[in-house]
Amino acid sequence: MLSRTLLLGAASVLAMSSFAHAETLTIATVNNGDMVRMQKLTEDFTKKNPDIQLEWVTLEENVLRQRVTTDIATKGGQYDVMTIGTYEVPIWAKQGWLLPLDGLGADYDKADLLPAIDAAVSVDGKLYASPFYGESAMVMYRTDLAEKAGVKISEKPTWDEIADAAKKMTDKSTETYGICLRGKAGWGENMALLTAMSNSFGGRWFDEKWQPQFDQPEWKKALTFYVDLMKEAGPPGASSNGFNENLALFQTGKCGIWIDATVAASFVTNPKDSKVADKVGYALFPTGGFENHGNWLWAWNLGIPAGTKKAEAAQKFVSWATDKAYTELVASKEGWANVPPGTRKSLYANPEYEKAAPFAKITLDAMNAANTTKPTVKPVPYTGGQFVAIPEFQGIGTAVGQQFSAALAGSMKVDQALQSAQALTTREMTKGGYIK
Amino acid sequence: MARSVTTQRKLTFTILGWAIGLLIFFPILWTFLTSFKTEGTAVATPPQFLFFDWTLENYHEVQSRSDYMKHVTNSVVISVGSTLIGLALAIPAAWAMAFSPTKRTKDVLMWMLSTKMMPPVGVLVPLYLIFRDWGLLDTRLGLVAVLTMINLPIIVWMLYTYFKEIPGEILEAARMDGASLMKEIVYVLTPMAVPGIASTMLLNIILAWNEAFWTLNLTAANAAPLTAFIASYSSPEGLFWAKLSAASTMAIAPILIMGWFSQKQLVRGLTFGAVK
Repeated sequence: MLSRTLLLGAASVLAMSSFAHAETLTIATVNNGDMVRMQKLTEDFTKKNPDIQLEWVTLEENVLRQRVTTDIATKGGQYDVMTIGTYEVPIWAKQGWLLPLDGLGADYDKADLLPAIDAAVSVDGKLYASPFYGESAMVMYRTDLAEKAGVKISEKPTWDEIADAAKKMTDKSTETYGICLRGKAGWGENMALLTAMSNSFGGRWFDEKWQPQFDQPEWKKALTFYVDLMKEAGPPGASSNGFNENLALFQTGKCGIWIDATVAASFVTNPKDSKVADKVGYALFPTGGFENHGNWLWAWNLGIPAGTKKAEAAQKFVSWATDKAYTELVASKEGWANVPPGTRKSLYANPEYEKAAPFAKITLDAMNAANTTKPTVKPVPYTGGQFVAIPEFQGIGTAVGQQFSAALAGSMKVDQALQSAQALTTREMTKGGYIK
Repeated sequence: MARSVTTQRKLTFTILGWAIGLLIFFPILWTFLTSFKTEGTAVATPPQFLFFDWTLENYHEVQSRSDYMKHVTNSVVISVGSTLIGLALAIPAAWAMAFSPTKRTKDVLMWMLSTKMMPPVGVLVPLYLIFRDWGLLDTRLGLVAVLTMINLPIIVWMLYTYFKEIPGEILEAARMDGASLMKEIVYVLTPMAVPGIASTMLLNIILAWNEAFWTLNLTAANAAPLTAFIASYSSPEGLFWAKLSAASTMAIAPILIMGWFSQKQLVRGLTFGAVK
C-alpha cells in the first residue's frame, strides 16, 4: 500500500511538473529543410514573446504521423502545435480534433493565401491549419540532354511528348536514363505519382457510389504507360526509388526527366549539391488527353490540437511562423531562395524572390493548376488530389502501391496488379461501410 | 601430413570467422564512414569507401540542432533503471521457479514469454490512455516502468536457466546453517550466479537502449531518449544519410563502448555452464 501511494505520489509530482512551466509550447515537426530553418529562428519568436518558450520535437515523417495521430485521437495533450499534411487537415477538422484558427491576428492576411492551398486547409470556410510551405508537382528536365537528343519539351506537355523525349534522352551506356519516377510502395510514395497520373488520364479511385475503379480502362492505360515507359527509359531498380533516390539520381546527372514535387527544384538548382544546377528546365505536370494536370497538391501546415491548454500562445506561434513577416525574416537571414515556398500570393509577386528562384513562376502555375475539390475528370465523392482524403486511404493506398510497385519490378503483370488492387480496395471499402 | 591438415583447417576457420565478423560489423563501419561524408558523397554511385573529403560538418550540424546530452541522460536512466528494477523483481521469481518448482512452473514461464509474442502496437492505445490519466506521458518514470515490464520475461527466463545450473544442495547447506531466505539469496545464490546476472544485465541494458517503439510513442520533448534523437534526422524530402549516420554513430557509441569493455563478462555469462 505504501509503495502504491509512493508511486502515485511520484506520478502526480511528475504530472505537476509539466504544469509548472505553463507557457512552454511543445511543437511536433518533420525534418525538412524549411522546418529546420524555422527551428533555428526560434530566438526571434522568444524575443518578441518573452513569456513563451518553445520546445521542439522533430521526427521522421511516418513516425511523426503515427505519434501525433495517437496523441490527438486519445487527447493525450503532449503537443501544442502539430505539423500536419493536407491529408490530415480535413479529416481531423471534421472529427473536431483541431481548433479553428480564428485568433491569428490582423497581420496574418488570410486573403493572401494561394486559393488552392486555402481550400485544402479550410473546412466550411474556416481555417483549421496554417500552411507553412506548399508544393505541387511538375516536370524537371535536363536542357542539355534535351538539346543533344533534339527534343523540345513544351510548357504544357502531354504524356506522349514526355515518353518520346525520355526515350530519346536515354543512353544506358553512360548510365543516363530518360525518366525517373517514383516506384517505392506507399500511399505518399508511388501512389502520389500514380494517382496524379491516373487523374490526368481521366481515371479516378472511386465512382460516386464509392465503387473502386481499377477495373476501368483509364487506370489500365495509366499503369501500362507507366510500366512500359519505366522499363524502356527508367533506371534499374526503380521499384525502390522514392523522392530522395530520384533526387540523388537527378543531381548526379543520371536522369533526363524527373516528375515530382515542385520543392525539388530548389534542391536540383543548388550548385552546392547538384552537378546539373544550371541545366534544368521546367514544365507543368503532363496531361493525358484531358485538361487535367494531375491535381497534385501538398502542404505542411501548423495545426493546434483541440486538447491543448495553451491555445492562445499556440496561435501566437502559428501566426509568427506563417505570416508574411516570417518570410521576410528568413530572407534577411538566409536569402530569398530559402524562403518557404508555395503558400502566399505576395511571395510570387515579389521581384526579389523571382530573381533568387528561377522556378518561382512555374511553381506558382503548377499550384494554381491544382484543384483539390475537383481532382478528377469524372465526378467523385471525395476531395484530394494525389491522395483521397478519407481515413482509410493510408492503408489502402499503401496496399495498392505494393501491387503497382510489383508490376514495375516485373514480378506481377499490369492486369494482375490492377485486379488485386480492385479486390483489396473493394474489401476494405466494404469493411469501412462505404459500399453497402 | 595430419598436422598440415589441422593448420589448413585452422586457417580456413580463422578466415571464415573473420569474414563473418566483418560482414556483421560492416553496416556499423559503413555508418561510421558515411558520417564523415557530405550529403552528396553519401549517395554517390559508385560508393566511395575511404578516399573522399572527410568532414566533421555533420557532427557539427547534429550538435547544433539537438541536445545530445539530454537524450543520452534519458537513455542511460531508462535502460539502467529498467534493468535494475527488472533484476530486483526477477531474481526472487527465478529463485522460486528454479529451486522450488511446482507442477505449473513451466506453464508460468511459458505464459510470461507469451506476453512477448503480441505485437506492441496492439496495446498502444490502452497503455497511452493509462499513461495520459496517470500523467506518465513523456516522463522517465513511465518509460522505466514500461521497459521493465517488457523485458521482465527475458530477465526471468535468463536467470532461471542460470539458477538451474547451481546445485540446490548448496542453498540447502546455507539454510542448515541458519541463513534466512533473504540472506540465502543475497549471500549465497547471487555471488554464485554473478556471471549470469551480469550478462543478463548487460543484455537487457542493450535491449532497453535499442527499444524504439515505446520510447518513441510515449515521449515528446522531456523524456525522449536516443532513439528519438536518431528519428529526427531522417527526411522525406532532401538528402539526409550523412547527418543520420552522424546521429546514429553518436547514439550507438556509448553502448558500443560499454559492450566492448564488458565483452568478457558477456561471453562468460552466455556460455555459463555450457562445458559441464
